[in-house]
Amino acid sequence: MSKSVLKALSTSALVALFTLPAAAQTLGLGRAALPEEIAAWDVAVQPDGTGLPVGSGDVFTGEELWVENCAMCHGDFGEGAGAYPMIAGGEGTLTAARPVKTVGSYWPYLSTVFDYVHRSMPFGNAQILSADDTYAITAYILYSNGLVDDDFELSNENFTDVVMPNAEGFFVDDRDTAEVPLFTGAACMSDCSPAMHITRRATDLQSTPEGAVTVFAPDRPTGVAANAAAPEGGEGAAPAPAVAPEPAPEPVQEAAAGPDPALVAAGEGVWRQCRSCHQVGEGARNATGPMLTGILGHVAGTREGFRYSGPMRDAGAAGLIWTAETLDAYLADPRAFMPGNRMSFRGLRDADERAAVIAYLQSVE
Amino acid sequence: MNDMSDDDLHEPADASRRAFLRTAGLAAGGAVIGTAAAAQTADPLITEVQDYASVTGDGVDAFPYGMPISHESDVVRRTVSWLTADPISSINFTPIHALDGTITPQGCAFERHHSGAIEMTKDDYRLMISGLVDRPLVFTWEDLQRFPRENHVYFCECAANSGMEWGGAQLNGAQFTHGMIHNMEYSGIPLRTLLAEAGVQTEGRWVYVEGHDASSNGRSIPLEKALDDVLVAFSANGEALRKEHGYPVRLVVPGWEGNMWVKWVRRIGVTANAVESREETSKYTDMMPDGRARKWTWVMDAKSVITAPSPQKPITHGTGPLVISGLAWSGRGAITSVDVSLDGGVNWQTARLANPGQKFALTRFYLELQWDGAPMLLQSRATDETGYVQPTKDALRAIRGLNSVYHNNGIQTWAVYENGAVENVEVGA
Repeated sequence: MSKSVLKALSTSALVALFTLPAAAQTLGLGRAALPEEIAAWDVAVQPDGTGLPVGSGDVFTGEELWVENCAMCHGDFGEGAGAYPMIAGGEGTLTAARPVKTVGSYWPYLSTVFDYVHRSMPFGNAQILSADDTYAITAYILYSNGLVDDDFELSNENFTDVVMPNAEGFFVDDRDTAEVPLFTGAACMSDCSPAMHITRRATDLQSTPEGAVTVFAPDRPTGVAANAAAPEGGEGAAPAPAVAPEPAPEPVQEAAAGPDPALVAAGEGVWRQCRSCHQVGEGARNATGPMLTGILGHVAGTREGFRYSGPMRDAGAAGLIWTAETLDAYLADPRAFMPGNRMSFRGLRDADERAAVIAYLQSVE
Repeated sequence: MNDMSDDDLHEPADASRRAFLRTAGLAAGGAVIGTAAAAQTADPLITEVQDYASVTGDGVDAFPYGMPISHESDVVRRTVSWLTADPISSINFTPIHALDGTITPQGCAFERHHSGAIEMTKDDYRLMISGLVDRPLVFTWEDLQRFPRENHVYFCECAANSGMEWGGAQLNGAQFTHGMIHNMEYSGIPLRTLLAEAGVQTEGRWVYVEGHDASSNGRSIPLEKALDDVLVAFSANGEALRKEHGYPVRLVVPGWEGNMWVKWVRRIGVTANAVESREETSKYTDMMPDGRARKWTWVMDAKSVITAPSPQKPITHGTGPLVISGLAWSGRGAITSVDVSLDGGVNWQTARLANPGQKFALTRFYLELQWDGAPMLLQSRATDETGYVQPTKDALRAIRGLNSVYHNNGIQTWAVYENGAVENVEVGA
């Protein structure tokens, strides 16, 4: 028996406790993993900080990285976009009818955030973020959840000082004591309950994919209450809460020649998509995006006190003025219109919506 | 001739056949029980020579790897698009309503990816064992082929199977309510063999298993389970794993939630503590009514479902002999009995197990009866070898509330109406 095999046997006491083959000898297959190989693949980070790489990043840097890499799915402030997960918010909702499980409201360990962002994000372009990038984004996620101030810098040194709000919100599976005794024993075979009747019906929800059910109950059969209580929509499969299909947005009225009141009113509705970043009207000021009061006729990239991207400043210097036409082109596809600009909004595909929101902006000048 | 044009070429014969079937159906509906219905006209499928009885069929190499015949094209995985934000990190469902026996064909076994199904070659495949081991090792595909291997049949059920039904009956079909499950015969290496090769150090208490895909889907598994029955598998149902199930190598964790069956296994790290990854903290934890959550809920509790009749498999043959068929399983051990109720759980009768239950594998059950055409509230109830009896949904809700998402093993009810249509419902006294 080789020396390594003897060592394996002597140091694998725990292994030997479990039914190893009688001749618990190794086959000598495989090869030694090299340190640089282990470093490349063994990147898991644990709650006690085990596995954290050396590095640091601050909220400000994290915000820039977030807008560039994360906001298109998770929203500028982690509020989520489409059905992608919310990252921020949800405090105090865990006992609500619809809990909002975010990093701030639910995740017990900060290490999980770092580990997952570093290993698996951005979705579709994973493993592009350096350790410093990941510290910065993690810091921004803490900031967007109101857990640190905007001058916070996260590093491997202070990482384990951060305690997540829901750190104590988990307990180890207790089904063996809380449930199994209740559900174990002889099963009732007859007269187990009063007569049963239908209380809820899947067809009330209309959430089954079309074409999947070959024969549908054509009529309400007799004996079934026509207005049996419909259930609340169940929560979805693992990654995202089940979201009932959203009703189509209210159609926006046809664009009219001028900013007529109906169009302005429609534009105010469209504006809801903008106002998490932009302010207009009385008391408006720069926020995530520049203040937009009087934007029509204004030179691009020149609102005082706002930190514009280079391309936006350059466009203004080159003479770009926001008119109904230029705003329409910009809003149709912000990234294509001006590559490298900082607005993370994907744009308004619907020309009527663009006309409406431009009319609204004109109305608040 | 086996293609769809067969119908067009035989329109008159086909029309008469349909007329015949309608007549036969009515006869069966006429409460002639125990006697074969009498045909009123001769069946042209019998009296006329059919093309397929005259000309030749396909040659042996027409399909070097065969697909199901086109007439079964509706027996496919289906997704529910509103469940997830995109189809990449998403789920689809096994058409359990249309299958019989217990083995799930790989081609229609449900898929769950967290970053899409990646394509690897056996040549490019590497498996690393690292962490608290004496000898961190790298294995190639060929290395793995040289270890002693075992064969076992196990079910794999997503923890979220039936998760959309916590709030009430929602999706109309066994495929959607219970189809995040498959059952295959795996060939692979016991994980304990590979761990012994690397030499687990005494501080090691867990293994952290992650995949090659972008999601990594890392999960922590207690060393005791890793050394017990976990397999590093490369074949299912006799052939290589399909891409969507982790080709070329996946983990098999018998009886435990499907998310732990890491696909495209890249690394198995021995650790002193659980890593507490995304998939074991923010997901796959079960919210309780007090706002706290159970974690490490690995075991799949005993569960069953009637696959036919079910909303996608209505009764089309009228009254008389009816085969009720279903599946039962438990992550705690073998299924020992299944009961079926026709009245929503008031009275029960014992179903017939097609074969004795096997540990951590699907069990097929049948109940044959004479259906008189009366509406039924069909339920099935599984009992496993530990004596655990599948509870009602309401019994689970009384403990877990409505926001648990995962591990819904409550009793399913199908309403069967006079016309044979079937619907997913819930019942109350």
